[in-house]
Amino acid sequence: MRRIPANEQVRVSVEVNGRVVTGQAESRTLLSDFLRHELGLTGTHVGCEHGVCGACTIRIDGDIARSCLKLAVQVEGASIETIEGLAPAPDSLSVLQQAFVEHHGLQCGFCTPGILISLDTLLRNEPNADEMRIREVLSGHLCRCTGYTPIVKAALAARDRLKELD
Amino acid sequence: MKPAKFDYICAATVEDVAEVLGEHGADARVLAGGQSLMPMLSMRLSRPQVVVDITRVPHLDGMRIEDDHLFVGAVARQQSLAGVADLATRFPLLSQALPWIGHYQTRVRGTVVGSLAHADPSAELPLCLVAMNGEINLRSPRGSRRVRAEDFFKGTMLTDMADDEFIQSARFPVAKPTDRFAFREVGRRHGDFAIVAAAAVRDDTGIHVTVGGVNDVPFRRRFDGLEVHDIGDAVSELAAELDTRSDLHASAALRRQLVRSLASDTLKEVLS
Repeated sequence: MRRIPANEQVRVSVEVNGRVVTGQAESRTLLSDFLRHELGLTGTHVGCEHGVCGACTIRIDGDIARSCLKLAVQVEGASIETIEGLAPAPDSLSVLQQAFVEHHGLQCGFCTPGILISLDTLLRNEPNADEMRIREVLSGHLCRCTGYTPIVKAALAARDRLKELD
Repeated sequence: MKPAKFDYICAATVEDVAEVLGEHGADARVLAGGQSLMPMLSMRLSRPQVVVDITRVPHLDGMRIEDDHLFVGAVARQQSLAGVADLATRFPLLSQALPWIGHYQTRVRGTVVGSLAHADPSAELPLCLVAMNGEINLRSPRGSRRVRAEDFFKGTMLTDMADDEFIQSARFPVAKPTDRFAFREVGRRHGDFAIVAAAAVRDDTGIHVTVGGVNDVPFRRRFDGLEVHDIGDAVSELAAELDTRSDLHASAALRRQLVRSLASDTLKEVLS
């Protein structure tokens, strides 16, 4: 069994958005802090740091996760996708991101990265998700600006557009 | 909101976990899905010297049906319940309660056994385990033992587990085709912890209701021989027996009203 003493720093090697990267972490370093401070990927936002607000949501090995509820040392060798990997190219947005722009799905933008990851995962796994299902998934996120309605509209528009493109 | 320092141990076998707990006892905490322990660490409500990660222990992530029971390994995720064949007919209560267990985002990571070990009195899975007469399989350096659900939960976040024990698996009995189950919950928002949750069961031993979110453990009350026209009196008795208290989320009076209402709805459903 592998042991990392409390006062030691270890190297963590992980694939992030298709690239293998390494950084240093203590045993107690949260994955959210590792992504932001060690890897410089500040698109993942940190709100409550106890798994309630959903701002730090990412994908680990294809499944959704609150990155504040994971230790950096736990993801050694894993494959992670963050908000930085959602757009197909630096000068274009994904269908879902574009729909958020068109339907005013964000104001301050703090909660947006987590919501985009959750909805992107939902539409990938359940391309026919209805409004109820979208709202249910959205209930795992807190947004204090939009009142959620424009976010639901954006998600529905993205769902329909993705089906057209399919 | 950062955890205090701890030694991190990534266990490779069940024996490793037992060894660490045997050595460190209450100073060690077991980490699986992290949906309960990680917030406790970050808020420093828990400050263990050692965190033992069991997510890489082989075979602990399984769910299998054996001897008319669903065996759920210590690392099996809540969302994996959705993949159990014929969940709705073989485990109707789990099927009905599943959408109420946290959020989509936490069910994908949270484990069934982790919720049982955490023993939050308003959580759905402890309620289901008690209502279904399930069992917990505990492991320690001293060996293994099985505990019935109703003997396992001792108080708010308190269980029958000794300091050197961990839950290796939980088991939920398969329902008979004639058994009836009903589940209801009221929370502030969908996915939040229950203010009150209730599960009614009618099987060949009789009728009972289990209530979560009120007492410090899931509270089960038998109503054997109950008829539909007696439900009103029965749920009033039940509400009076419970230790209803006021807190930020609901007054004691509202909780009693919700107990009457949810118990009545679930009993009507299993008696109809």
